[in-house]
Amino acid sequence: MSETRAITLTVNGQARQATVEARLTLVDLLRDEFRLTGSHVGCEHGVCGACTVLVDGEAVRGCLLLAVQADGRRVETVEGLTADPAHLTPLQAEFVRHHGVQCGFCTSGILMSLTAALRDNARPTEAEVRETLAGHLCRCTGYQGMIDAVLALVADGSRP
Amino acid sequence: MKPPRFRYSDPATVDEALGLLARHGDAAKILAGGQSLMPLLNFRLARPSHVIDVNRLVELATVAPSADGGLRLGALVRQRALERSALVRERAPLIVQAMPFVGHPQIRARGTLGGSLAHADPAAELPAVMVALDARLTLRRAGGERTLAAADFFVSLLTTALAADELLTEIAVPPWPARSGSSVHEVAKRHGDFALGGVAATLTLDGQGRVAHARLVGFGVGPGPVRVVDAEGALEGGPPTPAAFVEAGRLVSAGVDPADDIHASGAYRKRLVGVLARRALTDALAVATRRAA
Amino acid sequence: MIASASRTPEGGYIGAPVPRREDARLLTGRGTFVDDLPMPGVAHAAMVRSSHAHARVRRIDATAARALPGVLAVVTAADVADIQKPWPARMPSPVPGTSVRHGVRHTLPVTKVRHAGEVVAAVVAESRALAEDARDLVVVEYEPLPVAATAAAALAPGAPLVYDELGDNVAAHIVQRVGHPEQAFASAPHTLRETVRVMRGGSHSMEGRGVVARYDEALDGFTVWDATQAPHAVRAMLTYLFELPEHRVRVIAPPDVGGGLGPKASVYPEEVLVCWLARQLRRPVKWIEDRHEHFVSAAQEREQIHEVEIAFDREGRLLALRDVFTHDIGMYGALVAPVITGCTVPGPYRIPNIHSEVRAAYTHLQPSGAVRGAGRPQGVLVMERMMDRMAETLGLDPAEVRARNLIPADAFPYDVGMWFRDGARLVYDSGDYPELLRRALELADYAQARREQAALRAQGRCRGIGVAICVEGVGLGPFEGAVLRLDGRGRVVVTSGAPPQGQGYQTAFAQIAADAVGVRLDDVDVVTGDTAAIPYGIGSFASRVTANAGPAILQAGAALREKILAVGAHVLEAAAADLEIVDGAVRVRGLPDRGVPLPQLARLGNAGTAFGMVMPGGLAVGLEASAYFAPTQAGYSASAHVCILDVDPETGEVTIVRYVVGHDCGNVINPLIVEGQILGGVAHGLSNALYEEAVYDDQGQSLASSFLDYPLPSAREMPRVEMFHLTTPSPINPLGVKGAGEAGTLPVPAAVAGAVEDALRPFGVRVNRMPLSPGRISDLVHAARGSS
Repeated sequence: MSETRAITLTVNGQARQATVEARLTLVDLLRDEFRLTGSHVGCEHGVCGACTVLVDGEAVRGCLLLAVQADGRRVETVEGLTADPAHLTPLQAEFVRHHGVQCGFCTSGILMSLTAALRDNARPTEAEVRETLAGHLCRCTGYQGMIDAVLALVADGSRP
Repeated sequence: MKPPRFRYSDPATVDEALGLLARHGDAAKILAGGQSLMPLLNFRLARPSHVIDVNRLVELATVAPSADGGLRLGALVRQRALERSALVRERAPLIVQAMPFVGHPQIRARGTLGGSLAHADPAAELPAVMVALDARLTLRRAGGERTLAAADFFVSLLTTALAADELLTEIAVPPWPARSGSSVHEVAKRHGDFALGGVAATLTLDGQGRVAHARLVGFGVGPGPVRVVDAEGALEGGPPTPAAFVEAGRLVSAGVDPADDIHASGAYRKRLVGVLARRALTDALAVATRRAA
Repeated sequence: MIASASRTPEGGYIGAPVPRREDARLLTGRGTFVDDLPMPGVAHAAMVRSSHAHARVRRIDATAARALPGVLAVVTAADVADIQKPWPARMPSPVPGTSVRHGVRHTLPVTKVRHAGEVVAAVVAESRALAEDARDLVVVEYEPLPVAATAAAALAPGAPLVYDELGDNVAAHIVQRVGHPEQAFASAPHTLRETVRVMRGGSHSMEGRGVVARYDEALDGFTVWDATQAPHAVRAMLTYLFELPEHRVRVIAPPDVGGGLGPKASVYPEEVLVCWLARQLRRPVKWIEDRHEHFVSAAQEREQIHEVEIAFDREGRLLALRDVFTHDIGMYGALVAPVITGCTVPGPYRIPNIHSEVRAAYTHLQPSGAVRGAGRPQGVLVMERMMDRMAETLGLDPAEVRARNLIPADAFPYDVGMWFRDGARLVYDSGDYPELLRRALELADYAQARREQAALRAQGRCRGIGVAICVEGVGLGPFEGAVLRLDGRGRVVVTSGAPPQGQGYQTAFAQIAADAVGVRLDDVDVVTGDTAAIPYGIGSFASRVTANAGPAILQAGAALREKILAVGAHVLEAAAADLEIVDGAVRVRGLPDRGVPLPQLARLGNAGTAFGMVMPGGLAVGLEASAYFAPTQAGYSASAHVCILDVDPETGEVTIVRYVVGHDCGNVINPLIVEGQILGGVAHGLSNALYEEAVYDDQGQSLASSFLDYPLPSAREMPRVEMFHLTTPSPINPLGVKGAGEAGTLPVPAAVAGAVEDALRPFGVRVNRMPLSPGRISDLVHAARGSS
């Protein structure tokens, strides 16, 4: 029997507990234990970015963090961006307007990276947007719709 | 791709970590930022029986000025923190210049200075930067410590001088002289990827505007960072002219012997670092000249 | 382009940039991909894969693996003997008089493995991690055999055989001829010849493959959730191997599939094994492909080597084309891509004499099928390289030389003289290639770009301009269907067989149905990819769905509308011609108070309660209509790209300065979605031009089996793409639509190759091989300098 640890963390503002094997990654904890399947697993070596979540406000790879390392931390996932799918955030709404989503598999991680980046700098240039997105792979969209969505948000002056 | 089983410890003090290393040595791996180790675990290319998570060792995460005017960087300092540190920008601008080439913001949020150095990927930027800065590394074990010049720390491909029971704890960077400039140039297939070839360059001018001190360290062109002493020697004492930089580039190219791989030929890398050295020196001179003015 | 919820000025949804109905759930993390499906009691499978590209399997020892706590089963070929029927032959050659030679393979290899990464055993455990722990304990004894890891190696005399029974590794040898090529070459004023090599790679949809199977003991049948592009094809394989009737095997593509791009349209051993294991264990079994597995076992496209020759006159008019090439099909590839390549080379040009010849070779590598573009980018690259060479030889502008050869707008339908991959004649249905090229050059400020190039060249800068124009076979059959019903809630439910992987069918199909039936978009639901919901379907690939499913929805929608109005006529005691459907009700035109809401009408029409026990004569039962649309042939979209870039000759780095795209896919259902498809295709094409490359050693081992060694472009690498659309409707279907899913990929390698060669023209560089990389470009410059 392999050793396990009890961990407590905050996920989207809610205290959550779990008892996990040390080798369980954060993204697998979120998906399999907490049934928050909005974060996706694309490569498990930190390149594609589909697993990106916020830990203590920073965008990190959920596949490269052990769940036990998230003990005591504040985790934010895509499910926490809005409580109600009928009321999208301005960032999400711009993604719809500019067709920034196709299959959706990369979308969650991208929204989390953008959320962290926009908190840091609410008025990025196109180059800065591309830099934030540089840590994500999308095979469907060619990125242009996503970039235009963020730039529209900036131009509009809304809070993301 | 799920990691194999391992025992996990997250020591609260450096001594505790060193004790674990002493006990488990070869069978243990240090987990710092995880950006290099976790992929190896996920691919099951690394199968340590024991993983020692050092992220609680906050005493190793400081950026501090040292008494001699240089820097003391804890091994656990996040790459993102280096990037944003005004102190680092002032006292070791080469580090800040390298950071945009290191992965992506999401990697740098967790990746550490010490982790990158200990992993010693031959195409990584930070090992070459530390060699170019003549940094000294502190390696601690239970019951002792030693310091090594950065150039002596990188032994071979993905291999450092770290013994199985040692932990890299601190990197000391000497003071950054006046009239100095630095630059990093690299070519990668995609921005943020490991370099096909790169050069970290520093240049210090004397009062007459001649080159007093130069460092030219290539990466991606050998089993570890390659400091090309011939090229540095040819520059030192002379005027920092375009012709001198062309010659330095030629010497850098002559001083490396990179292998072919699926990404590029050795011949290309050899030519490339010569070009990059010349360009890096040109940019470093511009910075040094501004600082002197 | 920005989405707009409004109808078009004509009052319809077709043609409007309607925002996607899929987006809200995907943006809020509420998508349902195969690995998200709640599946209580599910067990997890991991596959034991061959470490050798070609080997006999002497022995598999799973003793230690089976003993590991949490492991439920380890199965090898011997254990699954009941489903080890030889797999059916893949599609025949579409070119009359030619054939594909099929080798015999099974779900699990019986005597030998044929690619590194081939499944030799399956492990099931309580978690994926445990299954992988057990996998580590499975001991497989291989007897390695010699390997043929390229088409050239496989076609060489004495090559190691992939299928011993075939006697050689030729999967197909297909020749197509038009006119009299030998005479044309013999008498031509000019000929040019080149060898062009092009290597592509994998799909790398962000979601890999995945399948969950549930066995229902009471029904002796399976429900299989499969991230597939072709659920009916999966069902066909399962019913064949398990010897079950179709109604006991249900294959469903989950509501969300994270990209397909081709490889998810094949059927794989993993899908079969997961079903077998679910039945064996009486528990649902799930297998989710990880990225490494995608690299070594999902279908991909690999290398073609072309010996291409053109004959032309002094004015730069093409007289003949000869293209002889090899194609690596892997150990069980489909013939699709190489046939398409051969058919794509002639492109938009009038070429009276053609000799097209391909040898598709079996190799000891994973199956090579179709990846977005499906052989067309290679064909475009070959032809456009030769157009540039012809221009250079004659001292003509490359755009001008193309313009001189374009099939004119009044020449349609245009018979190229060949057979297309669908077994029908290669006849272009509609197009306006001169206008497409003209507008692309105009948007790119071509003349000004040439002037800037000259100025930059004078300063020693390497600026290049590449032009590529191509024709793309799309919309091929045999068919897709649609079943439309007005259900008890008064909603129109559209069911079609082809599932989406991001193309927005939930929106586009609803647009067509809403217009056809005459209801509001919000009153339409779309159900796709469920073999129990619609009996016949082919799948989503080859840019075919809009041109097949679209007309089917249109026809079924029109038929449904008639039925609705017929019931309405009875209920309202009015003539059907006097009725309209407005705001969710059928009512008498001009008398808004005389109407019946659709939910009420549905209950009447479907349950017959308005009519007592006897249906009124002439009224059909049920408000449902189905239609299958079978096009007579493929349609032909076209693209023209202009690429303006700078090359740093010292480092080989490429910086794209401008990228212009012109595209004609006929009529457009949703321009927002089409634009997105083109942009995504351009990114994939750029990746094929400058970044990704499938690399294997001569022992058939992948040398680039993670994203660390296999770069895909990010937003940082992508240029901003400027785009315009041309519309030449297709006469093949009543919507006039063609296809757009792959178009963006086709001309990019050609445009980039042309631009790089143009940039390095002062050095005399020749670009004959793709992909390019900084190292390759620099080596080309260095070699050219060395030889000058």
